[in-house]
Amino acid sequence: MNRTVTRAGQPLPDGPAYDVTVIGAGVVGTAIARELARHPVRIAVIEASDDIGNGTSKANTAILHTGFDAVPGSLEARLVRDGQRRLAAYAAETGISVERVGALLVAWDQEQLDSLPRLLAKAEENGYQAARLLDASRLAELEPHLGPGALGALEIPDESVICPWTTPLAFATQAVLAGVHLHLDCRVTAIEPGTEPGNGSGDEPGTGVHTLTTTRGTLRTRGLINAAGLHADAIDRLLGHDAFTVTPRRGQLIVYDKLARDLVRHILLPVPTSAGKGVLVAPTVFGNVLLGPTAEELDDKAATESTEEGLALLREKGRRILPRLIEEEVTAVYAGLRAATGHEDYRIKAYPDLRYVAVGGIRSTGLTASMAIAAHVTDLLARTGLDLGAPAELPPVTVPVLGEAADRRPYLDAGLIARDPAYGTVVCHCERVTEGEIRDALASVLPPASVEGLARRTRAGNGRCQGFYCGARLRALTERAPG
Amino acid sequence: MTRHERTVDVLVVGAGPAGLGAAAELAASGVRVEVLEREQDAGGVPRHCHHDGFGGRRTTGGVSGPEYARRCTAAAERAGATLRTGITVTGWAGPRTLDATGPGGLERITARAVLLATGARERPRSARLVPGTRPAGVYTTGELQQAVHLHHQHIGTRAVVVGDEPVGHAAAGTLRVAGVEVAALVTGRPPQPLAVLRRGPGAPVLSRTSVTGLSGRGRLTGVTVRHEDGRTTTLRCDTVVFTGDWIPDHELARRGELALDPGTRGPAHDASYRTGEPGVFAIGNLLHAVESAGTAAAEGRAVAAPVLRHLVTGSWPARRAALAVEAPLTWIAPNLIGPDDDRPLDNRFVLRTGRRRATPLFEVRQDGRLLHRQRLLLPARPGFPVHLSADWLDRADPHGATVRVRLL
Ligand SMILES: Cc1cc2nc3c(=O)[nH]c(=O)nc-3n(C[C@H](O)[C@H](O)[C@H](O)COP(=O)(O)OP(=O)(O)OC[C@H]3O[C@@H](n4cnc5c(N)ncnc54)[C@H](O)[C@@H]3O)c2cc1C
Ligand SMILES: Cc1cc2nc3c(=O)[nH]c(=O)nc-3n(C[C@H](O)[C@H](O)[C@H](O)COP(=O)(O)OP(=O)(O)OC[C@H]3O[C@@H](n4cnc5c(N)ncnc54)[C@H](O)[C@@H]3O)c2cc1C
Repeated sequence: MNRTVTRAGQPLPDGPAYDVTVIGAGVVGTAIARELARHPVRIAVIEASDDIGNGTSKANTAILHTGFDAVPGSLEARLVRDGQRRLAAYAAETGISVERVGALLVAWDQEQLDSLPRLLAKAEENGYQAARLLDASRLAELEPHLGPGALGALEIPDESVICPWTTPLAFATQAVLAGVHLHLDCRVTAIEPGTEPGNGSGDEPGTGVHTLTTTRGTLRTRGLINAAGLHADAIDRLLGHDAFTVTPRRGQLIVYDKLARDLVRHILLPVPTSAGKGVLVAPTVFGNVLLGPTAEELDDKAATESTEEGLALLREKGRRILPRLIEEEVTAVYAGLRAATGHEDYRIKAYPDLRYVAVGGIRSTGLTASMAIAAHVTDLLARTGLDLGAPAELPPVTVPVLGEAADRRPYLDAGLIARDPAYGTVVCHCERVTEGEIRDALASVLPPASVEGLARRTRAGNGRCQGFYCGARLRALTERAPG
Repeated sequence: MTRHERTVDVLVVGAGPAGLGAAAELAASGVRVEVLEREQDAGGVPRHCHHDGFGGRRTTGGVSGPEYARRCTAAAERAGATLRTGITVTGWAGPRTLDATGPGGLERITARAVLLATGARERPRSARLVPGTRPAGVYTTGELQQAVHLHHQHIGTRAVVVGDEPVGHAAAGTLRVAGVEVAALVTGRPPQPLAVLRRGPGAPVLSRTSVTGLSGRGRLTGVTVRHEDGRTTTLRCDTVVFTGDWIPDHELARRGELALDPGTRGPAHDASYRTGEPGVFAIGNLLHAVESAGTAAAEGRAVAAPVLRHLVTGSWPARRAALAVEAPLTWIAPNLIGPDDDRPLDNRFVLRTGRRRATPLFEVRQDGRLLHRQRLLLPARPGFPVHLSADWLDRADPHGATVRVRLL
């Protein structure tokens, strides 16, 4: 099988126009590419940065939502519910780590306590039947380190945490293995729409070809999918639309050390208010504890910095929820930007005459919904008249198991080490990542272009020491690798 | 395929100066000692400290770090200790039983005595909650030294060093060796009196100043700092090194449920280096964050006698009085008082202060009873060890209340 992944400095392949091009290789764009890859059509994914999953998709809270609290009847509610099932099954198949830890919506005052039955009813309206109310003593039993004053909770036993990095990696790898072309370092700067009409009767769509100008040359395509995340509005405007505007809503997060993991057993959610979902405390599949996110309306789509006020706010909220957490060491601080559109739903819209689907406003649930969004978008695209042909099976993929819980990490696998001693040589001590895993990542279908990319494939360098022990070595290994 | 299970007399985790010092001394006494080191080479942190100052007196001479590492390693080998590098101890399987991973497979080793000598590291930028962007060009001294001395990597052109302790000066030195201009050293502390007279870092020291943010996307472009009086400025640079702010590498200690001292964050221990867990000793920077390599090695040698005694008697104290400090002191080591009259190294306790005291006076009390007063001849300075004589130890009740140490 031909694998086509191109990067800066390489020309875009010439040849006939692509049948479909997906702009954006986040979790949504890669999921769409994977879904389309079932079909016998020529597909390209073009991504502005040097890696897949490098935008919002790398920086979220990594929860596989049940959708219990979505707006009932919305497209988001439907796609989150459907996406949760699809992704859970896909994860089991590919090795993406998922831990079903369950969530507790904790009420800290009478008003919050009073609103729990309403939230229970909403969950049921969303088709989620397993939620139930817990009193204060049961709650204290389930979460012994919770701060004083918790009055009760709503339990959502199926909320899970998932690996946010291997999810788009699995999608993109599978798409590339199935023949999709992935063009990295390739930003779309202009689009000349191919509006040529179809048979002229007005009821059959056009067959024109769009010309995309990118930072690496031009590319021609019949169908187009805009999965550009925060920049989906800009791409949409390049096609002459003015349907929505994306305003970034920043979420800052603090990752606590693995030694804090025993302090918390569930995802601890606040009771939602009009100000948003609020600050949560959650385990991660990597064995850490997450505190966040904040919710700040901004106008800079690159403003992924953390702030003094943001971190202070998180610590203040965290101290109330889980006082002992704040005494633990911090491993990392990061921020992600949600793609808000001032509209309480996704903005997915097909333009049949352009064979174009805009996938906008994939707010704070896009990881969960990704596979369902992909199925929905493929459906919409097929209905624009573009002939996708009959779907076939995809080549199987497996991704590195990055989760801590499974006990399947190579450094603990005697059989694997016996076959290949490189899996017994630990390079990143904090995360226990071995030479074998790093070598595999560098030789994979989608090798990383940077130490950050390597970290998202192996966890190397992500630990408590943040490079004190292994940083220089990892840089040496990554830079030596053929790019 | 499973774990290969074995037993040894003494198992040492970590082949830095402390672990190697212990191994040399114990092996010379005829005990079977095995040292496990996760890095490919033994020697610990000095392997990548290319400046002189190891093993000699703090201010005079000594050898370079790598040379010191070689000497420590050779001494342990010569004495007959088994050194195994590239082996990571990953956790506990029971009392005095450790699991390890190496290219040869998985092991489970039970020892009659376990010595933890896992060292300390600097808190990275994230752990210090320094806000801002996440650009390239951000280091700790440990990473910087390895990048420069072990991997010969390009660092940058202009750097800011956060910290003004000896390690900050070492970082500035490494930067200069790498051809990087050092723009400034930044410290929250007040200026050091007479600092101009000492051999300084060769770059301006901005005192009473803290780092409030990093900027730059992709690559660092500046470090924003705030003076105590509220003035802020941005120092233009493409590299920043966070130095000092030590945290013991206590993962194994915590996973083994060893009680930690709240001040040091290392295992609570007595003058015989006994932790709260029978048969488990701890030495070196794991106990108290960074002291000199010579101190770590001396602790390693000093643990040999209590370990030998333990191998013979098997006894372990059940309850020991704790030692606690009051601000501005930040920690004291050892921090438990053993029932026998073992004395700490050089008959003195090591402490750190968070604030400078020009004419320090120690006061030691138990249950309000004054045990000891001691005036120090030199000022107590943050980032440098302060010592308290152990002469009062026999007046303390090892089964009594917490012994409190104040600095007036
Ligand atoms: C703080 C936070 C917490 C969250 N928590 C969760 C959660 O717990 N569970 C959950 O399911 N979801 C969560 N989300 C939401 C989820 O992360 C997003 O919905 C999802 O990542 C969006 O993916 P995407 O592919 O649309 O966007 P992105 O990942 O941003 O991908 C878009 C890509 O398009 C590229 N691009 C943009 N413009 C161009 C151009 N002109 N040319 C070429 N490429 C371009 C970008 O480089 C980028 O890689 C959270 C989000 C945030 C911010
Ligand atoms: C930048 C810097 C500059 C310094 N400059 C000087 C100086 O000029 N003069 C001076 O006297 N001192 C100096 N020091 C201090 C000196 O290096 C330390 O005091 C000394 O290294 C401490 O020895 P140690 O054995 O306790 O720890 P370390 O040297 O840190 O050794 C600990 C060892 O344990 C290993 N280890 C940890 N966990 C595991 C595990 N789970 N399994 C297997 N192995 C493990 C580590 O890999 C490491 O090799 C400096 C320190 C630094 C960081």
